[in-house]
Amino acid sequence: MPARNMVQALNLALREEMERDDRVVVLGEDVGKDGGVFRITDGLLERFGEERVMDTPLAESAIVGTAIGMSLYGLRPVAEIQFMGFIYPAFDQIFSHAARMRNRSRGRFSCPLVIRTPYGAGIKAPELHEESTEAFFCHMPGIKVVVPSGPSMAKGLLASAIRDPDPVVFLEPTRLYRLVKEEVPDGDYTIPIGQARVVREGSAITAIAWGSMLERTVRALEDFDAEIIDLLTLSPFDSETILRSVDKTGRVVIVHEAPRTCGFGAELAATIAEEAILSLRGPVLRVTGPDVPVPLAKLVDHYLPGAARIRAAVEELLRY
Amino acid sequence: MDTRLRAILPDQQLLKFYEQMTLCREFEESCAEQYTKGHITGFLHLYSGQEAVAVGATAGLHPDDYILSAYREHPQAIVRGADPKVVMAELFGKATGLCKGKGGSMHLFEPELAFMGGYAIVGGQFPIAVGLAFASKYRREDRISVCFFGDGAVNQGNFHEGLNWARLWELPVLFICENNFYGIGTEVRRSSALADIHKRTCGYDIPSEKVDGMDVIAVYQAVKHAAEWVSGHGRPYLIEAVTYRFRGHSMSDPGRYRSPAEVELWKERDPIPNFARRLIDEGIATEDTLACMRAKAAVLVEEAVKFAEESPWPEDDEVCNDVYAPVGEEVCPWLK
Repeated sequence: MPARNMVQALNLALREEMERDDRVVVLGEDVGKDGGVFRITDGLLERFGEERVMDTPLAESAIVGTAIGMSLYGLRPVAEIQFMGFIYPAFDQIFSHAARMRNRSRGRFSCPLVIRTPYGAGIKAPELHEESTEAFFCHMPGIKVVVPSGPSMAKGLLASAIRDPDPVVFLEPTRLYRLVKEEVPDGDYTIPIGQARVVREGSAITAIAWGSMLERTVRALEDFDAEIIDLLTLSPFDSETILRSVDKTGRVVIVHEAPRTCGFGAELAATIAEEAILSLRGPVLRVTGPDVPVPLAKLVDHYLPGAARIRAAVEELLRY
Repeated sequence: MDTRLRAILPDQQLLKFYEQMTLCREFEESCAEQYTKGHITGFLHLYSGQEAVAVGATAGLHPDDYILSAYREHPQAIVRGADPKVVMAELFGKATGLCKGKGGSMHLFEPELAFMGGYAIVGGQFPIAVGLAFASKYRREDRISVCFFGDGAVNQGNFHEGLNWARLWELPVLFICENNFYGIGTEVRRSSALADIHKRTCGYDIPSEKVDGMDVIAVYQAVKHAAEWVSGHGRPYLIEAVTYRFRGHSMSDPGRYRSPAEVELWKERDPIPNFARRLIDEGIATEDTLACMRAKAAVLVEEAVKFAEESPWPEDDEVCNDVYAPVGEEVCPWLK
């Protein structure tokens, strides 16, 4: 199996899904001739032509709205929003329409569309180019939210997202785009949406992370007997895998880069409190970004949960 | 040019226009009554006064063309072919409704009729109409996408994004503005720098025209011509149908922003009696024939109310259904 970075893996997933199904089309700002600002769609225009790989006006609401229209009548559009911070003009289309078409029409309409967007901090850019506002989308019944943590996960999950009958917000951790290479299978390879992955087994503590925080959490906890869960799908999330682990360890730390208040960690903590309170030996701790806009360059190292903060939380929990 | 009705359409079609407009009026007035009785809840936006637009426009389209509309859309769904019983049941929130009692007044959907939804968010439907037109073009289908909207929608970003996009990609979209002069209580001249809505397409190189939206024949002719143009050229077109709503924005709107004199002036232009006069003057119908049609419409609406009243409520566990696709479900099974 060839070693690929996440950019190459995502590009391969798009290419293969487009070859597999001519209903799949790609649209977004600069995705065609330019190949996308992060080069995820590089070469697709040459391979599939302008009818299937479309440079759009700089109009996020219309990008998502047009994709909804395409999907309502049987196409499977993959829309790119250039940065997660640019998605807010499209909020209305995502929340008011894409998320509700199925419910509003009592199951007769579906929006099988994917909205891909670079997500998260760590590329030394300021706010709006380093957003991690995944919790907004998890609060939208009808939307699925997926965050890969590495190249092979990215490929398998994107293929599943494109084949999924519901609208999927697919968040690509920008920091991971070119960080590592790993073996990524060619051909028909999918990872199911809605399933978390136990990255490392352990018995003293459960650590839950997603996106670029996973790699950071794994490294930070090398010397601990920690069970590490890569959530992968945030909505609908895999509570079964989490609860099974909590039952075993009795201690939970959740790591996310998004601001703390109403971050997705709060939902996980609430679920654990509701479902597994008797298994807990201590409080569910969250290691998160502070409640501020993402800062620029130097300060971002202070903003993002780092190894020291993750370890400190774990050490605190182990005292219980 | 021969402007007599018979020179334009056969008698049967002309009488159908009258029948449909009457049914729309009866239906909407009955909705008002059901709202007052508490059978219809929430917000209810009635179409009375604008019937010539829905009836004339729908007749000018092909049955396969996609239709999207805003939140004043009951008559558009009915004229398209939705059963008034099923629409009324939907407004009541009953399990037998068009969307099984969950979409309600502002969100009617009927895929079998290519009626692609009412949209409660002003202007939300523009890009969706554009996407449907793309899907049609991509699939090499000869269907156009028809996007109804009100005068209030033209200052939304989605209007401009949608028009630009449709022209840029050369997509078959027919935009139909029902200009009834008021976005709730704000008159179009107080909200739009250029109140002649059809002129606003010049920035997007989209041809447009204004039509008398109180004249069913004028609307029919304009829409038929425009739909053929859109289909033939594969490019968008915009019609501004000038019309008027006889009631407030919704049932909770007393309409204090309009003078009684203004409303009366427009009621003299009521599309239904005016069309009736033309039918009688040209010997196409007698007063008796038309009275008979009105009675028939009243019966249909009475039956619709009875059906809605007697229909069951949705089961409680329905509340969690239809949010995500069931595992293994085929998407759009009705798609040919």
